[in-house]
Amino acid sequence: MTAELLVSDVFRNAMIAGTIAATVSSLVGYFVVLRAQAFAAESLLDVCFAGATGAALFGLSPVFGMAVFGLGAALGIGALGERAHERSVEIGMVVSFGLGLGVFFLGIYAHGSASHANAGVAILFGSLLSIRPDDLLRIGGMGCLIVAGLAVLFRPLLFSSVDPEAARARGVPVRLVSSVFLVLVALAAASGAMAVGILLAASLLIAPAAAAVRLARRPGRSLLLSVSIGIGITWGGILISFLWPWRQPPVGFTVSALAAVVYFIAVAATRSIYARRGKTIIVGDAAETAQWTSSRKESAKRS
Amino acid sequence: MKGLIELFGYPFIVNALVSGSAVAVASAASGYFMICRRETFAGHALPNVGFAGAAGAVLLGIEPVYGLFAVTLSAAVAMGLLARDLRERDATVGVVMTFTLGLGFLFLALYSGYAARVYGILFGSILGISVPAARLSVGVSAASVGLLAFLYRPLLFSTFDPELARARGVPLLFLSVAFLVLLAIIVSVAVQLMGALLLFTLMVGPAATASRIVKSPLAAIGLSVLLALLYVWIGILVAAVSGTLPVSFCIASLSFLVYLPVRLLRGPPRRTHAADDHHHERVPA
Repeated sequence: MTAELLVSDVFRNAMIAGTIAATVSSLVGYFVVLRAQAFAAESLLDVCFAGATGAALFGLSPVFGMAVFGLGAALGIGALGERAHERSVEIGMVVSFGLGLGVFFLGIYAHGSASHANAGVAILFGSLLSIRPDDLLRIGGMGCLIVAGLAVLFRPLLFSSVDPEAARARGVPVRLVSSVFLVLVALAAASGAMAVGILLAASLLIAPAAAAVRLARRPGRSLLLSVSIGIGITWGGILISFLWPWRQPPVGFTVSALAAVVYFIAVAATRSIYARRGKTIIVGDAAETAQWTSSRKESAKRS
Repeated sequence: MKGLIELFGYPFIVNALVSGSAVAVASAASGYFMICRRETFAGHALPNVGFAGAAGAVLLGIEPVYGLFAVTLSAAVAMGLLARDLRERDATVGVVMTFTLGLGFLFLALYSGYAARVYGILFGSILGISVPAARLSVGVSAASVGLLAFLYRPLLFSTFDPELARARGVPLLFLSVAFLVLLAIIVSVAVQLMGALLLFTLMVGPAATASRIVKSPLAAIGLSVLLALLYVWIGILVAAVSGTLPVSFCIASLSFLVYLPVRLLRGPPRRTHAADDHHHERVPA
């Protein structure tokens, strides 16, 4: 029985979609954590909920609705608030309006039949097990787009995330970079939402990167570690869900539980190490990252 | 107009109005502090965390409200104690929230009975509130407003000038945990009315609008409470008259439609918080 499951199309599609979503989310997540924008990422996911339910209402693909709404919200948040404090209020308003609209669309949609009501829950909590081949194509395409965007944006994004003042002084268009980055977060949120559902995609975006930033200091290593953790918890979650002997726990639960376990182990480990050394914890060391960027820049010039 | 007056003859409308008003006052008053203390993400997380508690209680066959209290209170204490600086708080709240949402999803999957109760917790059921639940929400809201009034001065002090407050011996960590616990108590009774997904609207919307219009804390809290009451009353009546619109959607739209022009006309608020520079030194805007 279990061996059959492991070679089935369902399992294969879940693994492929999960791997793509995990890779993209943990790459983007590194910058989300570095910029303390977890709430912004979460709000884009909630807006995606409105997009997905709205698309379902008009018989369109949820990816389409999520991309349109997510892009709109990303540009809106980028345009409205410049400073972190101000921004948290703007983001709060965007979240509550997005969710309100989603509840409204779902209300109309679920009014029709009970299967529609279940469709709403599937959008919120998602299901890797119901991924179809054409979804795979969409998730893959979005993944390529995000990775390409990150590659282009990498250096100015890292610089302005670590030291926005210095970046601005050196002529990096900080505000533009930040808006484009939010667009990438929206796309990553949409692909994560396709895989594990809206409410739980945040665990792929935040937890692997938050753990990695604590465990490794250099950006390159943190990014690599973040992606490994992201893929690891996704595979682990899918396998546990498939192999569980008793009633199958949903993949969304196993992935988010593993993510939380990894994060809290990382917190506990780094706290005890730093407590022994008598240092304070600096998450994502700014000085070291800045040094890393400038040394990379010099070596690039030389070559 | 006649139809509108007739509405007040229905006991469920009266129940909804009374319990909705109580919850609106408590959420709007604490929402002001939530915004000023930059706990917006925590305020968004707590109702979602509560979803796990409610779903777990339904699975065990007990009243959802007990599960809500148990889970939101422990999450509030955990978030208050674990998260020290902004960047850490951001990640911790995010991880705690998604984990508990996953837990709620597990309970939902294991529960094979009548799932409508669980959906009621996600989307709220203010028009279907029972009389004991309405009484409970009024009592708890009144108690939490009392607690807020009791903590008012030290809370205000520690919110706007944490450095000076620390120097004067105000217990900052205790206050920040106490405030999150207060939010958790309000959330526990309010989730059943407004739904886990949209309760946050009532906490952030009126307070965000009010703090842009008036400057003094007391005036802002008063205006915020007034706006919240208006949103809830209009929301309930519009939903009851239309018959199809969800109450929480009406409230969310109202609060956004009022906020937007105020935001565009008033512009960003002046920097009044001495804490700002200290808090955001290392975090990009």
